[in-house]
Amino acid sequence: MASWPICFGYIPIGLALGVLARQEDIPVWAVTMMSILVFAGSAQFICVAMLAAGASPWSIILTTFIVNLRHFLMSSAVAVHLNGLRRRLLSLFAYGITDESFAVNMTHFKKGNWDFQRAITVNQLSNMAWVISTTCGALLGQFIPTGAFGTDYALTAMFLALLLFQLHDTIYVFTGIMALVIGVGWYLLIPGDSYILGASISAATLGFFFKRFREKQR
Amino acid sequence: MSFFDYLFLFGGMGLVTYLPRWLPLFYLAHRNLPQWLIDWLRLIPVAILCALLAPILFTDQSLRTLEPGKAEFLVGIPTLLFALKTKSLGGTVLVGMGLFWLSGYIV
Repeated sequence: MASWPICFGYIPIGLALGVLARQEDIPVWAVTMMSILVFAGSAQFICVAMLAAGASPWSIILTTFIVNLRHFLMSSAVAVHLNGLRRRLLSLFAYGITDESFAVNMTHFKKGNWDFQRAITVNQLSNMAWVISTTCGALLGQFIPTGAFGTDYALTAMFLALLLFQLHDTIYVFTGIMALVIGVGWYLLIPGDSYILGASISAATLGFFFKRFREKQR
Repeated sequence: MSFFDYLFLFGGMGLVTYLPRWLPLFYLAHRNLPQWLIDWLRLIPVAILCALLAPILFTDQSLRTLEPGKAEFLVGIPTLLFALKTKSLGGTVLVGMGLFWLSGYIV
């Protein structure tokens, strides 16, 4: 049940990715292969754009690495809740960590009504939805005009909702505002995608010190 | 590009995507993390979501300049209110998409 919003969020994005990939003459089987091997939405969009621009495989791989380094933080955060689990299962779980599955799983882990079985189900169902929808998108090809029915806002709306569900007290609100301000500034001043890592690490650190400072005041 | 060109590219991308997802789980989940690290990591999701949203809501992403009051931000306000009221993720996505689609006709 917890995974259907992710699946629903993935379908328009997956379709869009498939359509875009076909427009760049990437074969349908290659789209499926990419979704299975990589399973990272933003990096796959960047890959399609870079292939279209004639970039070399090595530069695409390096860009993917930088874009997806943020999962290191997410994986570290989710590790707290999977303490003592068998390593084989953890290795399987790692494959399914995305921005979306992470946000959903973390929200439930924090509420306390969550376990590994449910978390990995979320991961695998969203992976399935992703592979199927990107493949369908590639098959549908040029029949879908991009941005129809607000599909280009699906991810933004989902991030907004997930963000709201995470705001438990003032420290979280403070951290969020800091990340927005630093994020905009960093994005405007420094080219590339380093703003994601840069803003989130600095905002979380500021939030952490804000929490410590408040604890001392009491 | 041939089958093997694609296999190399996507295999490489997959590897560099999997490693940062796997390393912390593999090495951290069998240890007790210090309290300060747990406190810090708890703030990471909010921070990442806001960092991802920041340029979408407040900047022109093709020119990379500040753009206050863009449709993504304005539509975001009722979308957030809906999420606050209903606590429904799927519903919020639908409402957000619908409002954004409508905003394309108004603006």
